[in-house]
Amino acid sequence: MSEQQWWFDDAAGPLARPYALTGGRTRTEGIELDLVTLVVATQPDIHAKRVDAESARLLWVCEHPLSVAEAAAGIRLPLRVVKVLLVDLIQAHYMFYRTRLPATTPDLDTMQRVIDGLRAL
Amino acid sequence: MASVHSDQSMVHNEPTRTSLDAAAIKILVSGGFGVGKTTMIGSVSEIPPLRTEETMTEAGKGVDDLVGVEGKTTTTVALDFGRITINPDLVVYLFGTPGQDRFWFMWDELASGALGAVVLADTRRLDDCFAAVDFFERRSVPFLIGVNCFDGVQPYTIDDVRAALDLSPGVPVLLCDARDRGYTKDLLVNLVRHVMPGGHHGHAPGPR
Repeated sequence: MSEQQWWFDDAAGPLARPYALTGGRTRTEGIELDLVTLVVATQPDIHAKRVDAESARLLWVCEHPLSVAEAAAGIRLPLRVVKVLLVDLIQAHYMFYRTRLPATTPDLDTMQRVIDGLRAL
Repeated sequence: MASVHSDQSMVHNEPTRTSLDAAAIKILVSGGFGVGKTTMIGSVSEIPPLRTEETMTEAGKGVDDLVGVEGKTTTTVALDFGRITINPDLVVYLFGTPGQDRFWFMWDELASGALGAVVLADTRRLDDCFAAVDFFERRSVPFLIGVNCFDGVQPYTIDDVRAALDLSPGVPVLLCDARDRGYTKDLLVNLVRHVMPGGHHGHAPGPR
């Protein structure tokens, strides 16, 4: 990238604190996690003991499949931080993820099922 | 948004468990600050709207080392969202878009992979939703307009709103009450119909 630009200035405020948890990293190692990517922990009872406290909370919150957004809300940390923690957990095989996105235009059958489901609410 | 959850009438049962293989549909609820986005999400969500936060560093891709940057606060944007589990294999997530322009950086992630958007409009402050309409038009995200009738008061016609927002003829405009589950369901059904190929462009009342 020839035109690396620092978009923030002092007015952007401090950026460090939430990222101390992630060792300063903001990248997600090629694993693309959307807000609605579903994640689930594998054996949190075993794996939670092997990770830091925030990651352990994340594993327990994701005992059943949840979206990334729900996981972040569940442990009350910023999304970007949670994504980095999730990537670590996924790479350690403590977490599975599955996305069927981008499904900007799902198939007709799926859309019809959404309509039917909404009407039945 | 003052009231995160104004509809206390809902019963919050243990939601149906989602399969990891589920299709997750993302729908955005947009419009100006305080127009009722979170209220609308709460009117149909099976859980009280949840809140998560993103930091301004979202735009700072490529920043790997922040050591030495010290301070006490971080600029954050709150995202409110809700969930509708259609069945274990199909989940709809409703995300409110941040109501302030300085949080544009969040909109790209929100819009990515979104099925479509409901733009809530308050006719007393119609220009508040111009930005959302512009954004979705530019990004080719299908959307419709829900004209929120506060206290049942609606001095403008659908055509007034359509003209004021300079909408394409295909964009549905519907009256709604963001607090009302029935209206919200109707908006969402119309949105999905609008997205479906084949020209189901909703059934907005009034002349088109």
